[in-house]
Amino acid sequence: MQHVMKRNVTILMASAISALMLTGCGEEKAAPSGGIEPKVYTDSLFAVMKADRTNYTKMIIGRLGPAGADSIKPHEYWEDLENGAPLPAQMFRYGAEAVSEMTSDFTYSLQSLWPINAQNAPKTDLEKEGLQFIVDNPGKNFYGEEKLGDTTYYTAVYPDVAVAAPCVACHNNHKDSPKTDFEMGDVMGGVVIRVPM
Amino acid sequence: MGSKKRNPILWAIWLFASLGLAIWLSLQLVDEQAPKTAFIPGPMTHGHHQIEMQCSVCHGDGFDSETVLQNACVDCHGEQLEEAQDSHPKSKFTDPRNADRLANVDARLCVSCHVEHRPELDVGMGVTLPMDMCAHCHEDIEKDRPSHEGMGFDTCANAGCHNFHDNRALYEDFLLAHADEPWLKQPAQQPPRNLLARQMSDADLVALMKGKGSPPETVETPEHWDGNAHAQAGVECTACHGGGDDWVDSPEPLQCATCHEPESESFLEGRHGMRLAQGLSPMTPAQSVLNMHVEASHRELTCISCHGAHEFDTQAAAVDSCIGCHNDEHSNEYLRSPHHDLWKQEKRGELPPGSGVTCATCHMPREEKHDEIFVQHNQSLTMRPVEKMARPVCLQCHSLEFSLDALADPHLLENNFNGKPETHVPSIDMAVDRDKARDNRKGPY
Repeated sequence: MQHVMKRNVTILMASAISALMLTGCGEEKAAPSGGIEPKVYTDSLFAVMKADRTNYTKMIIGRLGPAGADSIKPHEYWEDLENGAPLPAQMFRYGAEAVSEMTSDFTYSLQSLWPINAQNAPKTDLEKEGLQFIVDNPGKNFYGEEKLGDTTYYTAVYPDVAVAAPCVACHNNHKDSPKTDFEMGDVMGGVVIRVPM
Repeated sequence: MGSKKRNPILWAIWLFASLGLAIWLSLQLVDEQAPKTAFIPGPMTHGHHQIEMQCSVCHGDGFDSETVLQNACVDCHGEQLEEAQDSHPKSKFTDPRNADRLANVDARLCVSCHVEHRPELDVGMGVTLPMDMCAHCHEDIEKDRPSHEGMGFDTCANAGCHNFHDNRALYEDFLLAHADEPWLKQPAQQPPRNLLARQMSDADLVALMKGKGSPPETVETPEHWDGNAHAQAGVECTACHGGGDDWVDSPEPLQCATCHEPESESFLEGRHGMRLAQGLSPMTPAQSVLNMHVEASHRELTCISCHGAHEFDTQAAAVDSCIGCHNDEHSNEYLRSPHHDLWKQEKRGELPPGSGVTCATCHMPREEKHDEIFVQHNQSLTMRPVEKMARPVCLQCHSLEFSLDALADPHLLENNFNGKPETHVPSIDMAVDRDKARDNRKGPY
């Protein structure tokens, strides 16, 4: 796969971390000479996303939802329920939206070849290729570059795997789900992370 | 020779005219209260005309960036959009994967759809884009919803089925949950207000009610004081007028906010209070773009315009105050409507409290928050698009189907709902059909 990368492309991180390094203790220090490989950058972001997403699904939805204490009701329209709580996929999207309010240094979204909401189907050519790749190659990630508008992006696609029973149960039973035979451990979709070059 | 003599005179005229023009324009800019008509590129829409002389509210001080303009929109409308669970928030469009869509409509900016100073472009509801703009992103909708095949994209948002921002009464699960309701619920009543209990449970407010000091000895108890809501709650004169040397005969327009903060806040967000919110003089019916009674032209819109300075009569505030100014067909027809008949019966004690339907019942609905009832004083909140009224207002007494049908019937809007709807919004039918086709796989709602 030509887009599976081992490139030496680097990006300079104009992020809060480097800004802090520049201004520590009120003294300006020289900017770090190198940079972080985009793959390392997006891999690290994904690690945080995956950890939080898994924890929310297992510790909140699994523990307090219908399969646990049944004290909260995970639901797509959770705001209309007194004891409603956002579904894991929504929680993930809220995170992405909150990040977009804070920085444009990267964006991310959850997509699937079998989306409950059609707007979450892969849209760009690279998304389509990446989503198919992670389904065809379990355990592997997909990396590439694409130009959207006037900007070129480093785009990484990571598998989103069914880690808990509620993932499978909800998607298999949702009336808008195009696929109803998911099993635990299946790749249900992918996390797409983009970094402007 | 003649031309040599004339030139200095012409130069002098030009100089004085230019100086005069510069001074006149400068004064308009410097004086906040001065009308800035020379700088306004065109009339404002019905939503903003009240504050058109406060350019800086939207443009900031420097007219220097679209960010300032966008922030101004969000400052006034952001909270409402959030409460409406905005279906198309900015965050939906900031992902680079939507770059091609932004090339068609830059939905990150409010002004892409809501252009100001160009009212001739308004295609309804303050929107200045063609009504078929949904096609830009949803052109293949019939793949997901075969029932939508053949429907024109100019019907998405004007047939009672979808709104761009607020779909709280229109989303599929909500339609299903309200599919089999009778057109008139029993009992058809709105919840009772509990303002007095709410106020009296707050020790700080009770202390404020007692006021400080004494009124001047020359002050007499006003004619309508005894028995009014404030007198019954133990509110002293000095609570509003100040005591001793701080006494004022006419408290400031926003004095009521001291004890009635939520009501005052929402009043300032609506078209009645938005001038006051921007530090301008109160709105008057003469400034309205709607039909108003001529004799009411110069009344000023503050809390006491509707509630009275000492009467605080909520019955009068719910109907008489409104139709004392408003003179359009919908307002005038109210007095001949079934809703008004119910109100008359309630006032006569023939129906339980909350059975009558007043102007305020629909335009200032009672909102329940944490077991407390607040009266929404932003009467503009649910006006456009009109389907926004279905959930917080109509559904208190009517089925969702009847509500959507009635709100989609222009004749009923004019005659103040005197009769049954002649139009039918098929959205609930379509949701039910789709549900059946999918083996009634309803969500957990």
